[in-house]
Amino acid sequence: MLDDLDRRIIAATQTGLPLTPRPYHALAETLGVPAQEVMDRLRGMQARGVVRRIGAVPNHYALGWSANGMSVWDVAEARVEELGPQVGALDFVSHCYRRPRHLPLWPYNLFAMVHGRGRDEVEEKVARIAALLGPASRAHEVLYSTRILKKTGLRIAA
Amino acid sequence: MSVELDGLDRRIVNGLQGGFPVSERPYAEAAEAFGIAEDELIARIDRLLEAGALSRFAPLFNAERLGGAVCLCGLAVPAARFDAVAEQVNAHPEVAHNYAREHALNMWFVLASERPERIEEVAAAIEAETGLTVYRLPKLDEYYIGLKVEV
Repeated sequence: MLDDLDRRIIAATQTGLPLTPRPYHALAETLGVPAQEVMDRLRGMQARGVVRRIGAVPNHYALGWSANGMSVWDVAEARVEELGPQVGALDFVSHCYRRPRHLPLWPYNLFAMVHGRGRDEVEEKVARIAALLGPASRAHEVLYSTRILKKTGLRIAA
Repeated sequence: MSVELDGLDRRIVNGLQGGFPVSERPYAEAAEAFGIAEDELIARIDRLLEAGALSRFAPLFNAERLGGAVCLCGLAVPAARFDAVAEQVNAHPEVAHNYAREHALNMWFVLASERPERIEEVAAAIEAETGLTVYRLPKLDEYYIGLKVEV
């Protein structure tokens, strides 16, 4: 689990890494601990998977990837664990999950996020998923996003 | 709202999705791979953030590994109340992101908290505040979380 210093490091970095030549030293100064300690903690959290990675989060919309389609599939229960990883492995699928159905409104149990510069491009990719799933998928829909209402990510209190 | 990127910007956006070093001079190290100087990389990242091409440059935490939980939720919001409901939903700090989508379920948000019990508490609070059913769609399996949006 996390101790107090891990939490303070998370709280201090979650909105952004300092844009200075020695960002971990800058953090260390703010937190009042040695820079080596900050770096060790971040490496440790990466090794434990608490930090997935340190990196850039692109804004697809601003980059011209204006079509964001959440494709959702009603996949036979007996096949979904075999087919899910194959869908996830497609190079254009950015996230892929199995989720519960909510019948009758929501029959879909497999979610695959597909981005494109336009809806044509998304449709083309969705057709490739449909071909992969074949008759194991009884129905699907693509839910296009029309607006980002919020995008902050997980927030941890210090 | 599309941002104009040059070739170097694109290489930076693509390259920095994969990871960033933990070291004394990480920008200098990363800059080397792009064939540029440390200060130029810092200036480019700053500009990409400023322009909105990047929404964040930071460590990305895994809520589950923090002992927390994440849950995708869907709401069917009447059109006339859409903005008001968005405000009610977004006011909860546990709402990590929220998208409007074209469907009967037209609002999709992710609840994330380091305290797993908060997911149910917040979902119930949103139901009480809005009078709408929150469809909880937690992941049962994860088949891929990609780092592969090439620009």
